[in-house]
Amino acid sequence: MATSTTPRDVAAPDRPPGAGASTKAPSRRPRRTLLPYLLLAPAIVLELAIHVVPMLVGAWMSLLELTQFHIRDWSTAPFVGLDNYRMVLDFDSAAGAELLQSFWVTVVYTVASVGISWVLGTAAAVLLQRPFRGRGILRALFLTPYALPVYTAVITWSFLFQRDTGLVNHVLVDQLHLFGDRPFWLIGENSFAALLIVSVWRSWPFAFLCVMAGLQNIPGDLYEAAAMDGAGFWRRLRSVTLPMLRPVNLVLLLVLFLWTFNDFNTPYVLFGGSAPDQADLISIHIYRSSFKTWDFGSGSAMSVALLLFLLVVTAGYLLITNRRRNDA
Amino acid sequence: MFAAAALAAASLTACGDSDGSSAGSAKTLTYWASNQGASLEADKQTLQPELDKFEKQTGIKVNVEVVPWSDLLNRLLAAATSGQGPDVVNIGNTWSASLQATGAMVEFDDATLDKVGGKDRFVPAALAAAGAPGKPPAAVPLYSLGYALYYNKKAFADAGIASPPTTWEQLAETGRKLTGGGKWGLAVEGANPSENAHHAFTFGQQYGGEWFDAAGKPTFDTPQNVAAVKRYVDLMATDKIVNPSNAEYAQNQSVSDFANGKAAMLLWQAAGANLKSQNMAPDAYGIAPVPFLAAPPAGGKKVNSMVAGINLAVFKHTKNKDAALEFVKFMTSDAEQVALNKTYGSLPAVTTVANDAAFSAPEQKVLQQTLATTAAPLPQVPDESTFETLVGTAIKELFADAAGGKPVTEESVRQKLTQAQQQMR
Amino acid sequence: MRETAAERWARRVVLTLLAIFVLVPLYVMVSSALKPLKDVQNAFTWWPRRPTLQAFVDMWSTVPLGRYLVNSLVVSSVAAVFSVTVAIFAAFAVSRYRFRGRGLFSVTVLSTQMFPGILFLLPLFLIYVNLGNATGIQLYASRTGLIITYLTFSLPFSIWMLVGYFDSIPRGLDEAAQVDGAGPLRTLFQVVLPAAVPGVIAVTVYAFMTAWGEVLFASVMTNESSRTLAVGLQGYSTQFNVYWNQVMAASLVVSLPVVAGFLALQRYFVAGLTAGAVK
Repeated sequence: MATSTTPRDVAAPDRPPGAGASTKAPSRRPRRTLLPYLLLAPAIVLELAIHVVPMLVGAWMSLLELTQFHIRDWSTAPFVGLDNYRMVLDFDSAAGAELLQSFWVTVVYTVASVGISWVLGTAAAVLLQRPFRGRGILRALFLTPYALPVYTAVITWSFLFQRDTGLVNHVLVDQLHLFGDRPFWLIGENSFAALLIVSVWRSWPFAFLCVMAGLQNIPGDLYEAAAMDGAGFWRRLRSVTLPMLRPVNLVLLLVLFLWTFNDFNTPYVLFGGSAPDQADLISIHIYRSSFKTWDFGSGSAMSVALLLFLLVVTAGYLLITNRRRNDA
Repeated sequence: MFAAAALAAASLTACGDSDGSSAGSAKTLTYWASNQGASLEADKQTLQPELDKFEKQTGIKVNVEVVPWSDLLNRLLAAATSGQGPDVVNIGNTWSASLQATGAMVEFDDATLDKVGGKDRFVPAALAAAGAPGKPPAAVPLYSLGYALYYNKKAFADAGIASPPTTWEQLAETGRKLTGGGKWGLAVEGANPSENAHHAFTFGQQYGGEWFDAAGKPTFDTPQNVAAVKRYVDLMATDKIVNPSNAEYAQNQSVSDFANGKAAMLLWQAAGANLKSQNMAPDAYGIAPVPFLAAPPAGGKKVNSMVAGINLAVFKHTKNKDAALEFVKFMTSDAEQVALNKTYGSLPAVTTVANDAAFSAPEQKVLQQTLATTAAPLPQVPDESTFETLVGTAIKELFADAAGGKPVTEESVRQKLTQAQQQMR
Repeated sequence: MRETAAERWARRVVLTLLAIFVLVPLYVMVSSALKPLKDVQNAFTWWPRRPTLQAFVDMWSTVPLGRYLVNSLVVSSVAAVFSVTVAIFAAFAVSRYRFRGRGLFSVTVLSTQMFPGILFLLPLFLIYVNLGNATGIQLYASRTGLIITYLTFSLPFSIWMLVGYFDSIPRGLDEAAQVDGAGPLRTLFQVVLPAAVPGVIAVTVYAFMTAWGEVLFASVMTNESSRTLAVGLQGYSTQFNVYWNQVMAASLVVSLPVVAGFLALQRYFVAGLTAGAVK
């Protein structure tokens, strides 16, 4: 597939440590060669075909009144410009207010889930740093939720959360007598907590995995030096471990944030397509608006608005973290 | 290359009226059946012998896929949108007008109806629930269903109750006698939007409410509809004859509760086959018509069930319209109607076999009586499926409130219904 | 660097709590799979009172579990292999070359991670259908379409992880190979890849898992013959009943090989992340 096989194009500039794929424009002037483009071609074609083009079509859909009357032949769908946006982003109307509510639920859910997952993952990774009997077993156990297919994990949790037949109420009510009345977990106020628990259960092992990998890069003599200075556990954690984990955490938190924010599978399996208000994540909300009420125009408008929000947040995050890194 | 082709396809023909069909040879049809029995595989085993019979008769091969209800509407929508998919499909009869609006379904005008046996062959009420009024039906009825009140005979005898309730007031009274000791008077499917919407419709009729006006505009929050929804939710909220747990039921757990004796009454469509599969003998329960209001308000209608059922529709994109209609004719033939409806406990959709011995069990008698006299079709408007989702979900939330001990007031019901209405376009 | 007694106890308590959190659902999966349906429908018990293997027998006839399993295995493995292959080439280009558009490529790839699946589900579906009509290649409702879709889902993260891993391989090795007259592709296959095995395994595992669990696209883009486990398992919730014990039994059976495989490869996964994503 290569047209040029001469080695001269292989550039090997020494890049500063810590620089990743996001490194800015290379210092050396690009040589004209086709090879890198050929190597990238399959990836570019696939991303264009499966992500970018459909996304653009989706953006176009958001400008149409695309209901069941027009879904079969889009050329009959009236072009309504930004009307769909006006409708779904009118937070005084019922539909807009529900979207806003769903947005805030998603924000709180994402922040909480990512935060808790990170804390649990870091705690487990740090505590498993030192060899002891059973460490290997614990490590395997902690990784298991990540290896479990989404559907099986979430459906098991929904079984645990059943009011009359689930384990959660059995323990809380029948065994510990913490509640007089059996609480609900899959409807009403507690549904948010239930969703959060499932989400954390599924995603903290990934944080654990990344942090564990990051810890292996910390040279042991840093700890030795800290210990010589008489640093206790917390001092070591604060002055050695966390700073050294910074590059890991930057990436980990962003990836977890994006995955959690857009997560569809967990609420869909847990609540079955129509989530309670308190746990109405935006992905489910859009799904219901598009597929259940057959209004793909406004559903797409919501999606595009969501995408813009995520772009802004991500860009901001990258800017801030890069600046800090450069300042450091 | 791929990207360019995809781009071209997307921008030029994504919306076009594609004539593609999945059927390969001229003598093969694809048929999507809905899940009517114990499992997808069980349905397949029920249908396959009939399809083999059809192939033997006509030489047309039918590939059947049983689609779970959770996927069916999405899959139909995808097929309607793309012109790709099955030739013949089962649809919930309440979706008829919604799917008709897409223009993707073959219209059963008189000439087309003649090809499948003629208009007069079908039960008129069932045919009326196959498309918007004033238009040729978008489907023909296949299985007819209706709601009935199922009650546990032993529980009734133990509580000294002689006969099933005929009014909601009696039902509440009866239910209170049956509730206690971990058992409950009635089981409902509180988190299932469709079930909720069906009951909202029936109660609405009894209170004289309509969910859509003559122009097809939603009228969800009229006082009648508010009263109707409140009456339904009050079975749990104030009468307290429904286990609060039912507020999270969406997967037919209420039928299991009834079969297991945890609840003494159930409002359901053709539950017999299901109850049997859960080891409840047919003589363990009785069947009665769904109750009415003791004192209906002005305008209240004597309706205690929707005209429920499954319709059979043909996609316009089929390459074998004649073969597809031939198949529709076969499925609605006397022999198939008896065989299939008998298996599923539903009623035939054609008049000719209505009196067949297969439908003389008490359950079918009650259903027949209800459908003939006191059933009404859900509004056949394009927004019907949206109505089921929005109103059904609003009621789900009201049940959640009731179960969580929050008061369900006229005001809170109206607020939910108004909210649902505002989400209609 | 001795551990104090307090630290040791804190460690034990925290790790025990975490272990319980992880274990409970796994335990319930096993114990419920061993109960008859009636017992699963009644009040929860920790221990199956009437243990039975019936669910493990029945689950094959309630839904065509075997077919779904084969579909999932085929789709996930093929998608993983292709995804990794494509990612290797792309990552090699990004890691070893300076070229115009390199930054743009990285940013675009990252940003596709943000696209809400729901936004491009319907358009993608229509593209598949129309492409199928135009070319005769059936993408909709086929494993092929699902494979192509899933391989792009894991592609961005895979590329990005591999770039990190390739960057960590000293360029001196490349140069030595070039002195010996190796072209770029030979350099990739004979020098870089052998040194990047843990990274490649990590990415393969990740791509496999991504495809294995996806629900949304599978629910619209498959039919009976191409349906994967992620949607197929929903078949245990039928018009009649939810066969909880069979759901649990089936979940157990389909999860075991994946979990076992993952745990067997976890060493590589960690190593891959160590040098790759995490630097």
